[in-house]
Amino acid sequence: MKTVEEAKQDASYKSALTELLYQLADDDFIVAYRGSEWLGLAPHIEEDVAFSSISQDTMGHATMFYQLLEELGEGDADHLAHGRTPAERKNAIILEEVNGPGHYLKEPRYDWAFAVVRHYFYTLAKKIRMESVKQSSYEPLQHVAVKVNMELYYHHMHWKTWFMQLTGTQGEARERMLTAVETVLEDFGGVLTLGPKEDEITKHGLIEGEEFQRKRWLQEIKPIFESLNIEMPKALGMKRGNGRAGEHTEDLDSAIDTLTEVYRQDPAATW
Amino acid sequence: MDVLTSFERLSDEEKYEHFMKRIEAGEKIEADDWMPEEYRQTLIKLISMHGISEIMGALPEKEWVPKAPTLRRKLGIMAKVQDEMGHGQLLLRVAEDLMKPYGRNREDIMQDLFTGRLKFHNVFHMPAPTWGDAGLIGWLVDGAAIMTQTNMLKASYGPYARALQRICAEEVFHAQHGEAIIMALAEGTEEQKALIQDSLNRWWDSLLMFFGPASADTTGSSKQDITVKYKIRSKTNEQLRQDFFSKYVPRILSLGLEIPDETMHYDKENETWVYQQPDWNEFKNIVKNNGPKSKDRLDLRKNAYDQNAWVRKALSPDNQAI
Repeated sequence: MKTVEEAKQDASYKSALTELLYQLADDDFIVAYRGSEWLGLAPHIEEDVAFSSISQDTMGHATMFYQLLEELGEGDADHLAHGRTPAERKNAIILEEVNGPGHYLKEPRYDWAFAVVRHYFYTLAKKIRMESVKQSSYEPLQHVAVKVNMELYYHHMHWKTWFMQLTGTQGEARERMLTAVETVLEDFGGVLTLGPKEDEITKHGLIEGEEFQRKRWLQEIKPIFESLNIEMPKALGMKRGNGRAGEHTEDLDSAIDTLTEVYRQDPAATW
Repeated sequence: MDVLTSFERLSDEEKYEHFMKRIEAGEKIEADDWMPEEYRQTLIKLISMHGISEIMGALPEKEWVPKAPTLRRKLGIMAKVQDEMGHGQLLLRVAEDLMKPYGRNREDIMQDLFTGRLKFHNVFHMPAPTWGDAGLIGWLVDGAAIMTQTNMLKASYGPYARALQRICAEEVFHAQHGEAIIMALAEGTEEQKALIQDSLNRWWDSLLMFFGPASADTTGSSKQDITVKYKIRSKTNEQLRQDFFSKYVPRILSLGLEIPDETMHYDKENETWVYQQPDWNEFKNIVKNNGPKSKDRLDLRKNAYDQNAWVRKALSPDNQAI
């Protein structure tokens, strides 16, 4: 097991570690943003309270991962969150996708079915990853995983409840949910991959490999799909590319524009 | 014969007298207790307006949630708006209990909001175009809200008083969150400093209006006499506004900001702040949903309500599971 200092002295280890941390941080940062766009728009007030709490937790997790990067000498956590170009980001493409047509302040036509499916599938994948990094060779990451897991337990329960309830009804709700499942699965491989540096990441014992993660994810989703009479996915695709390799869509460009609007006015200033 | 039966035999006048004695003795009225119609109606109006204002109040800040300039500020403002939603929910539950005898519920509250029957606070009809506004809302709007809400902490209606205990505790954090943003800007670059003065100028009149007119003479109606009579609140609108000046004018000045009212001064002899009245006709106009952002924000809420109709339908008890 390695400490910060030990990691810094091992160039190959550090390079694999930072790669993984960028994936974890960027995933949470962008998905927390997509969640926060829903503020005031959720199906009822109780959900607005719960969802905004989840988004806040998730932004907190992103902050912890960026701080781990800061400790490794990658630069200031705020800069890592706000100062990197879209091409430098490692998040999965499905997490950057807009919530629906419209703008978060003007005529949003957001799709709750898509929100539930994306967040449920993502939370399940994140749970698997966090359980895996509890045994990571990097000690500070183990500690963060323990903290994240405590909150993740509730996030998972929340989204699973929505998923079961809406998919388990007849009519419009089920149709919308099944459409959303199809859409999300087309790109969901992007969440479960470790990208071009997978071999280095697993070689150093930082996290279990992507084949293992995919299997676990499918294994966990199987009883849920079966109970709801949904066909198991034939593939978990990366239709629009691999975010881990820096491939992204215009949705990320405009998201980063919004997220950094004030920061960019004066990156050197204290805010 | 038990006490309940004997109470039911009393005439309405006697019940009223008994009720007034209870509140004058500082007793709390609970949801199932007998209460005069005027009391119930006043509470429904006050609490549903307060609740819906918390919910509509999240919208001016919504823009700044993703735009907050650092991770800490993002987390701070996310926590704040989440609290506001929570307050809204807590208060609507209190209002729903009071509305129950009329067969009205949450659905009616939302419909009343959309049709304009249910009003929300004047401040939430206003634009918040800069990050300075995000700070100023937390610092001064929440600061003003703490004053009006602590004024009702001892409200005779128990469920409202208890909800306010929690709300006020959280609002104190909001004011600190806002103050921290403002302090950082005040100590920053010239551009950052200019942001706060600009926000203060934009929000000053709205802040004065926040406490409501001094008397019914100003706008034609005011509920403050009734709420004082029933011990829902203790201080009048003008007393609260004066308290606000005493607390915040010195702080505003100490940051090197200017109060956008040249006539503003403290009259030592009368122990009151002298200030320029805001345009109360404009106030009436704003709360009738004719403010600069009224329509946009109602549209946002209404749009979400319509977009999610299928979800409510799926969750309704008469929908069949597969």
